Amino acid sequence: MTDQDISLQLQERVKQARENRTALCIRGGGSKDFYGREPVGERFEVLSHRGIVNYEPTELVLTARAGTPLIEIEQTLSAAGQMLPFEPPHFGETATLGGTVACNLSGPRRPYAGAARDFVLGTRVLNGRGEILGFGGEVMKNVAGYDVSRLMCGALGTLGVLLEVSLKVLPRPQCELTLVYQTELREALDVLHDWAQKPYPISASCYDGNLLTVRLSGEERAVQAARKLMGGEVHEDGEGFWHRLREQEHGFFRSSRPLWRFSVASDAPAPELPGKWLYEWGGAQRWLISEAPAAAIREAASAAGGQATLYRNGPREQVFQPLPAGLMRIHQRLKQAFDPDGLFNPGRLYEAL
Amino acid sequence: MSHHHHAHEINEVDKSALLLRLREILPPEALLSEAEDLRPYECDGLSAYRRLPMLVTLPETIEQVQAILRICHELQVPVVARGAGTGLSGGALPHEQGLLLSLAKFNHILEINPQRRTARVQPGVRNLAISQAADPHGLYYAPDPSSQIACTIGGNVAENSGGVHCLKYGLTVHNIQKLKLVSIDGELLEIGGDGLDSPGYDLLALMTGSEGMLGVIVEVTVKLLPKPERAQVMLAAFDDVVKAGAAVGNIIAAGIIPAGLEMMDRLAIQAAEDFVHAGYPRDAEAILLCELDGTSEEVSEQLYKVKQILGDSGAVEVRTARDDAERLIFWKGRKAAFPAVGRLAPDYYCMDGTIPRKRLPEVLEKTAELSKQYDLPVANVFHAGDGNLHPLILYDANKPGELERTEAFGGKILELCVEVGGTITGEHGVGMEKIDQMCVQFNSLELTQFHAVKEAFDPQGLLNPGKAVPTLHRCAEFGAMHVHHNQLPFPELERF
Repeated sequence: MTDQDISLQLQERVKQARENRTALCIRGGGSKDFYGREPVGERFEVLSHRGIVNYEPTELVLTARAGTPLIEIEQTLSAAGQMLPFEPPHFGETATLGGTVACNLSGPRRPYAGAARDFVLGTRVLNGRGEILGFGGEVMKNVAGYDVSRLMCGALGTLGVLLEVSLKVLPRPQCELTLVYQTELREALDVLHDWAQKPYPISASCYDGNLLTVRLSGEERAVQAARKLMGGEVHEDGEGFWHRLREQEHGFFRSSRPLWRFSVASDAPAPELPGKWLYEWGGAQRWLISEAPAAAIREAASAAGGQATLYRNGPREQVFQPLPAGLMRIHQRLKQAFDPDGLFNPGRLYEAL
Repeated sequence: MSHHHHAHEINEVDKSALLLRLREILPPEALLSEAEDLRPYECDGLSAYRRLPMLVTLPETIEQVQAILRICHELQVPVVARGAGTGLSGGALPHEQGLLLSLAKFNHILEINPQRRTARVQPGVRNLAISQAADPHGLYYAPDPSSQIACTIGGNVAENSGGVHCLKYGLTVHNIQKLKLVSIDGELLEIGGDGLDSPGYDLLALMTGSEGMLGVIVEVTVKLLPKPERAQVMLAAFDDVVKAGAAVGNIIAAGIIPAGLEMMDRLAIQAAEDFVHAGYPRDAEAILLCELDGTSEEVSEQLYKVKQILGDSGAVEVRTARDDAERLIFWKGRKAAFPAVGRLAPDYYCMDGTIPRKRLPEVLEKTAELSKQYDLPVANVFHAGDGNLHPLILYDANKPGELERTEAFGGKILELCVEVGGTITGEHGVGMEKIDQMCVQFNSLELTQFHAVKEAFDPQGLLNPGKAVPTLHRCAEFGAMHVHHNQLPFPELERF
């Protein structure tokens, strides 16, 4: 496929949908079809709106159309010694930039570098009135107007169609090293919290119930010096390990039972729920494979200071943690502000949006 | 003419009726209504704009804030929230028909959690006080606006404040985890959570930098970071600003993200040197300060590389601070740059545009041309790492017409920033000051979308009216004076 700008065609299509009151299901590469509530509406393809529009390695900024394959962006960055710092999962070769930002998906580096939303500098968006709007830009510091660009992150397309995204990018670390420790859960979490308060160059962490795996990133000398202080065995294939973990190809994820994602306080005690757990992000992201009732799972996540998402393999009526009434009202008014006729991805995030 | 936004009309407020209601819920010392008591609140850090509020309230509890907002909502009274009042864009400028809501009494640190690396604080807590409280745990709060000794965290959230370490450590939006806020109808809302993300729309991001337009922040949970093992700073002098700009790009191209990367031009260097004697080379056209931090090994490696790069980029002199004392002296000159420039003239006006860094040479060149044209000197201080430019225009407010000329000059600089692909404000906010330049940066559809966002939170437009986002009507009037590229902006609007 060739790079092309089809924003005017997309705009025309939205205007028509508005006239005919047709719900649209925004779709890039389809790699996240599994995510969120059941997709409904006429398929609205944005995959062919693609291409890197601007990339300036010394400005640390990349701008690309939403349909650009994530893989193309990562290869382009890699060739210049740079990377997407939030290390997004792809969940398939067809993953696009737009889908990644719309889902706000971030990988193992997230607690140490930031989430997708932290690196979004600007967007061009097509709203539900068929208007093409630009927010933010290509500079690091910009406080003119409300931060609509970040509002789009994780909105699952319910506020508008992403046309273009500008991201802050960073240099790849000179050296990375993965260390492994055999340990119990309590000790694993304690040691992670202890290290987190020290200036160690940690860039990823995982505990699978038996092994604690930690990645160090930085200048070679710094990584080696930290390694001496932190002990552990060197993982033979660290890169492969973090890749499999990120893509949910790690053995833990091999199951057809419901997969839950907990985003909670990193030091929260393990909830009493049946099933098996895998910890990431220093304890702040936890995966649970469990048949326990959704209500019990959500209550446990809430008690742990956070939320649970039914990520895969479950009924899709209620995927995300329900919002308190006051917040839901604001969500509905914001939806109204961007998409007054409810054209985009109706119900994909919450039934009422 | 589908969307036609006017400012919401603010009706005349019955001051005595309002006072009566507020006295029912506030102790006498929390309510100010006499002119002499209101005077200290007439302006924020942008003192060229002054206005007395109708009343000032100083609540101490969240319940009081809720009660105040319920009353204001019911009686349709404008509300302007205020922290320490150090903002530089007039964001906390009072409304003459409104209530000024000071959060100064919310000055308690509620919890430092070293395990989670968070601090839960009230909005009136000073930025620096958080790092001081976290220090015994080896932790600190990263965003460090230059006013950090006085500015409050609530104001930092409202403005999405930055500082000199943004390139590496981010802005306020990257360093907060949870907020409690009170909506205009008095409802207490909690956004964010104890995890790293929360379900639904990213209201945390939307609130950050919203300039008091969407709600009143009553509690903030910030993220803390471990203090770096070592910080080291280098000073490089250049005989040409273009070379200094290129050096910044070369450092980043080598895969190094400095903790701080600051540039000053000749006038700023000389002013700072005369003021604090930091040892800056007075004859340089530009200096770069480059701070590296991290583990001891990381810093050693990078110091070596950066020194090489600076030399290769044509620096005429490169110095590394020998110890922490010298590091602080190097910084002292930069940190004193504003007051130092302030000594050169009775008044100065600080601008705050951001530009793609590679456009720096032409922006400086055009700024120098404008300086001649407006006959006002300008010194440039630049957060070079992230492209945030602070031109300081020197003037004398007592000379008739000079303030107006300064504002016009400043406006031109901001428009220049937009022209080269940047923004009218990097970290100071729009407030009252840059409201007209918003019409240059955003078109009428985008501004209309901003108004719709505002209405989702505050349908009557009572929170901080007249700030941050201009009405289309105002832009039409402003546009009538500034026609760009021979195209009339806002052609869909009627002309009056």
